[in-house]
Amino acid sequence: MPAHPTTIDEVSQCVLDHPHVLPRGANTKPALSRTNADVTPLDLTAVRGVSAYDPGEFTITALAGTTLQEIAQTLNEHGQWLPFDPPLADAGATIGGTVAAGLSGPGRLRFGGVRDFLVGVRFIDGQGKLVRGGGTVVKNAAGFDLPKLMIGSLGRLGILVELSFKVFPKPESFTTLRVDAPDLDAAIDLICRLTSEPWDLHALDLEPPATLYLRLAGEPASLPQRIARLSDTIDHPAAALTDVDGPTWWDDANAFTWAPADTALVKVPLTPKRIAALDAHLESAGATRRYAAAGNVAWIAWPSAAPLDGLDQHLSADQLSGLVIRGDAQRIRLGVDPARPFMQRVKTALDPTHRFPDFS
Amino acid sequence: MDAARLMPWLAERFGPDRLLTEPGQLAPYESDALTAFAVTPRAVVLVQSADEVIDTVRICRDTAVPFVARGSGTSLSGGSVPVEGGIVIALNRLNRVLKLDPDQRIAVVEPGVTNNAVTDAAQPFGLFYAPDPSSQQICTIGGNVAFNSGGAHCLKYGMTSNHVLAIKAVLADGDIVEMGSDSLESVGPDAVGLFVGHEGLFGIALEITLRLVPRPEAYHTVLIGYRSTAEAGDAVAKIIATGLLPGALEIMDRLALDAAEASVNADFPPGAQAVLIVELEGAHEQVAVERQQLTQIIDQTNPTQVNVAADAAQRLAIWKGRKCAFSAVGQLSPDYIVQDGVVPRSRLGEALQRIEELADAHQLRCANVFHAGDGNLHPLILYDGRQSGAMHRAEQLAAEILTMCIEMNGSVTGEHGIGVEKREFLPRMFSEHDMTVMRRLHHAMDPAGVANTGKMLLPEPAEQSAAAMQSA
Repeated sequence: MPAHPTTIDEVSQCVLDHPHVLPRGANTKPALSRTNADVTPLDLTAVRGVSAYDPGEFTITALAGTTLQEIAQTLNEHGQWLPFDPPLADAGATIGGTVAAGLSGPGRLRFGGVRDFLVGVRFIDGQGKLVRGGGTVVKNAAGFDLPKLMIGSLGRLGILVELSFKVFPKPESFTTLRVDAPDLDAAIDLICRLTSEPWDLHALDLEPPATLYLRLAGEPASLPQRIARLSDTIDHPAAALTDVDGPTWWDDANAFTWAPADTALVKVPLTPKRIAALDAHLESAGATRRYAAAGNVAWIAWPSAAPLDGLDQHLSADQLSGLVIRGDAQRIRLGVDPARPFMQRVKTALDPTHRFPDFS
Repeated sequence: MDAARLMPWLAERFGPDRLLTEPGQLAPYESDALTAFAVTPRAVVLVQSADEVIDTVRICRDTAVPFVARGSGTSLSGGSVPVEGGIVIALNRLNRVLKLDPDQRIAVVEPGVTNNAVTDAAQPFGLFYAPDPSSQQICTIGGNVAFNSGGAHCLKYGMTSNHVLAIKAVLADGDIVEMGSDSLESVGPDAVGLFVGHEGLFGIALEITLRLVPRPEAYHTVLIGYRSTAEAGDAVAKIIATGLLPGALEIMDRLALDAAEASVNADFPPGAQAVLIVELEGAHEQVAVERQQLTQIIDQTNPTQVNVAADAAQRLAIWKGRKCAFSAVGQLSPDYIVQDGVVPRSRLGEALQRIEELADAHQLRCANVFHAGDGNLHPLILYDGRQSGAMHRAEQLAAEILTMCIEMNGSVTGEHGIGVEKREFLPRMFSEHDMTVMRRLHHAMDPAGVANTGKMLLPEPAEQSAAAMQSA
């Protein structure tokens, strides 16, 4: 039976009351909150609300169960936003789940991902005690950087209860350019070139086999010229999407609507030059996939009919790591995990009694 | 401590040329840019390979002799001051850029590579390394990583932590660990994020993968004179409120200007009591529009003078005047303390007013240079160490300024770190349990307590420390 704390104190009490616990938010990334019979799920969705927001300060603090939608609405009223496009907002994802899963959307390309905007955390450790790291100011070098540590911690190091972010002014206008490269290699070459040049791309995603979506953001008056100048440097067919189609494409990308039902969704960090080898394997396995953030992350919809072991082996052979976000898999980590020895030390320090599950 | 075993081992391994033990040789290593603290190390080793670092760390572990890794010794918090009875592992000779991949915009470097050398290596490809501490000409990446160094452009680009993708390190107990990858994205807890800013307590980074970014197409750099620091602060609030996101927003007050003028012959507006430096950057068209917006805002802020950098040379001159400020203050005063604190950026004016009152009360002069866009203050407290009690008063003032930062829900350090300087202040920002968690993390990486021992975390009485670890 899941426990339903409504306050930070109750979260703490829940940790003390149960031998093993794992937090969950809106369950939009179900593979990450799946529990064995001996682990009590803690539903954090009632620990919600914006705790502090000062638009002049460009920072916001919210309880972990606050939905991304609520945060986006709050910020939007003052022309502000979290520029890394936290994914699955439409599905109801929470800010705590986003941080714990370490997920950023297409916009992470321009100013950085969730790790680059989180400035403070409060979490409940394995002893049921409240721990604070960082703060609410945008620049801070006091003490170990616990906010960074909690990015991607998957509820296995502690239960996030409150998070503070720096936020940015939201650009007034966006434009999306669709480029049809002749083949995957040409698309990858273009990614490498464009990201080495000062185009200030807000996002750059690749839809196999060879279609690129480029997003620019900024002053409405300057965008048409920027797009025109950018298009001039591209030898392949390119066309701007309409003001309706453009945003819709990015919303769909960030909601993973392109991933067929009955697939496991896997995140694989990589680099543009490693796409070709991986893509050949994914194609032959019948996996739908996209490459986001200028080829820095593969999102893979792996057919449920095929065991994830096949993907795991290929990732290991390529020295890549994967995280299963959705799907029936009994494991969440695939491929290599070179940081494990370091992280095992951290885990032992923060959760000596194994109140939270392991990372595997 | 079993130093009797350590010294012969070091002598054999490094030979007389690379093992320094004579007082004259050790003197340069006694302190860093925080000159108020000095400790003579037992020895200094000049390492030339990662293996030498690893072996030295392991012998320190085995003999329980503390070590501190040192780059160029530019720490402003005493981060590279030797530990009593310990040795210094000098990393400057580990200064190779191991790999530079312009397509994937990464550089892999050894810890002794200077900050500027990374940008120099990236320059031919139109790329640069964004974090730019004032000491970037000489400070090393190893030190930047250990202290999560900042700089003038953090507002848009973030700190060192936001630019490190992967680290290979030797932990204090001799184990080699790897974390991160070439990718901007990662899965699992952000180990790199935790390692950056460890202040030398976890071990020594041996290879660091850095993210490079394309040099902006266009800059618009303006230096604006104001009649008071408060007016400059108000201008910052107005600029931020319009939704502009400048690459940098810096303020220098009159005393800091005097220092910079005396040092580098900088061209500041005559008679201004403060200057604000604003730098816009990005695509030509974007900067052109933002430039108009900025000009309109500035016109409403009653400036005494507006200098626009007409070309790259003038832009560099403006930045030279700004970045020399710390060292230039030496022209005004025989001694000074560079302080580093953070307040909410909307309370900058209030904070500066308070600093002025505190300085007056202590009859001390205090120059202010700060990253206004980040709320990151750098009060420079001037004093004459030859006057009896002057240093004490300066330290007292510094402490009161930090207390103010804590009371405003800010931080006692934005980018210089805790080091030896602010160890007493960290427990005032964090709860007892927060501190216990930090100690446990430290202990997990350095069970023998040999890596830069006593920095960041105050030494604990032995019985207390044992109890804390036991409950872990």
